[in-house]
Amino acid sequence: MGKTYQAGVKEYRETYWDPNYTPKDSDFLACFKVVPQPGVPREEAAAAVCAESSTATWTTVWTDLLTDLDYYKGRAYAIEDVPGDDEAFYAFIAYPMGLFEEGSVVNVFTSLVGNVFGFKAVRTLRLEDVRFPLWFVTTCDGPPHGIQVERDKLDKYGRPLLGCTIKPKLGLSAKNYGRAVYECLRGGLDFTKDDENVNSQPFMRWRDRFLFCQEAIEKAEAETGERKGHYLNVTAGNMEEIYKRAEFAKEIGTPIIMSDYLTIGWAAHSSLSRWCRDNGMLLHVHRAMHGVIDRNPKHGINFRVLAKLLRLLGGDHLHSGTVVGKLEGDRAATLGWVDLMRERYVKEDRSRGIFFDQDWGQMPAVMPVASGGIHVWHMPALVSIFGDDAVLQFGGGTIGHPWGNAAGAAANRVALEACVQARNEGRNLEREGKDILTNAAKSSPELKMAMETWKEIKFEFDTVDKLDVAHK
Amino acid sequence: MSEMQDYKSRLSDPNSRKLGTFSYLPQMDSDQLRKQIQYIVNNGWNPAIEHTEPKQATSNFWYMWKLPMFGETDVDRILGEIELCKKANPGNHVRLIGYDNIKQSQGANMVVYRAPIEV
Repeated sequence: MGKTYQAGVKEYRETYWDPNYTPKDSDFLACFKVVPQPGVPREEAAAAVCAESSTATWTTVWTDLLTDLDYYKGRAYAIEDVPGDDEAFYAFIAYPMGLFEEGSVVNVFTSLVGNVFGFKAVRTLRLEDVRFPLWFVTTCDGPPHGIQVERDKLDKYGRPLLGCTIKPKLGLSAKNYGRAVYECLRGGLDFTKDDENVNSQPFMRWRDRFLFCQEAIEKAEAETGERKGHYLNVTAGNMEEIYKRAEFAKEIGTPIIMSDYLTIGWAAHSSLSRWCRDNGMLLHVHRAMHGVIDRNPKHGINFRVLAKLLRLLGGDHLHSGTVVGKLEGDRAATLGWVDLMRERYVKEDRSRGIFFDQDWGQMPAVMPVASGGIHVWHMPALVSIFGDDAVLQFGGGTIGHPWGNAAGAAANRVALEACVQARNEGRNLEREGKDILTNAAKSSPELKMAMETWKEIKFEFDTVDKLDVAHK
Repeated sequence: MSEMQDYKSRLSDPNSRKLGTFSYLPQMDSDQLRKQIQYIVNNGWNPAIEHTEPKQATSNFWYMWKLPMFGETDVDRILGEIELCKKANPGNHVRLIGYDNIKQSQGANMVVYRAPIEV
């Protein structure tokens, strides 16, 4: 027998709080950190978040009775205390598969982080993690190539890759910029990189930059016998321009381009990634704007979610934080999302901020990029933290070398190889780092000079976005 | 501060060519090489030996020395094969690979003998 229609406002928990629900393998699962308004009980706040991010509106509507709400609605199925925080709690919500379009990360997040984030019943709200069901993973394109294909294309094995962002960020002429690229690459780096805000300004139009950089790559390759790349940034104001620049990059034979997935938009990025697979182009992904979204521990989206969705959207490299260096990044949390970028299956691990098991099926992996305020003294820690499948990028730590970029690059390459060699021999990099570098510097005056130059530089500020742990 | 140095690398000098991982370090001695081979074995990777004429070093495909040594865990036997390959192909670079079949990639890849290049 059908239900009767009763207009009016019901408590959300009557419909959307279901502590007896067992999530299905096909469900999307989300963990939100919620601070409710004073006087709103946790179950009601959790149910409200669930309702607003799935099927409901603020009042009962007669058209609810034309559908099978139990088949489509989300369910808040658990709440938990947040360690070390008395006002916030975790709300766990399950969404049935039919709520989302296949292959559309955009659609998923328009629901999960849509209107609900402006919802009055909660004071702050943060999406901590999302479990993407395997069926959904298989409908997304994923990385255009992945780590294994990139290694084969570039013929680089058994060590992390090395890069450098060309500085100053803005204002160099295309030829001077190409000079900086060439010097880095001939000195032993694998990659150089456009800064994120280098697009096509009056001081250096994109076409000139592409051509000078490509000449730098080709000469450095001929000179060193190794394969090289420069992330040519194709980020632009519209897709027509982005495709035009990408096509030109392909035409001149460059191996890798880059995009900023948050500022160009996820649909645009996904299209570019698909183009990269079709055209054999590696795709480096920068994350400008992420700090706006992910840094506040109480409101926004945790970076682990942004990292997971990038793997679904597509990208071969993604900036992941350095742990050491000048930019924000909690060590355990960073290791958690690095796993989410690289592994086939990641188990729930609260000590790394991972709330759900995540099965990636056969989806290729994304190479994490550690970039920002790092130099040779950080090398032992970086190799130990990131392992081989990562790009370590030294900007100032290459170009700031007293003898120039080539010497700076050689210093980093020698330091890297010495650390990899020592690690393979079973030595503890973080404890013996100084000895390892000092010994390597005996045969590399460039490394010795770099070690003298940056001896005292440290970046020891406390992390703002920490994992939630009891501190009482 | 030491005096500024020029970076010595030239298109015209074949000795400026690098050969991948560890080619920026001094040539390993036999004790160091043993440790790298042990690392390959400890990871469960399959050792393999390849060689090439120095002029063809940038090719993706060097000559395989026999087949990869599937399941081989004896460091001395692996060292022995490197020596055999070297003797049979004088003048060629020789490299050692550790095939990681789980990742479908090479977990290790290093040139263990760099042939002298005439300038």
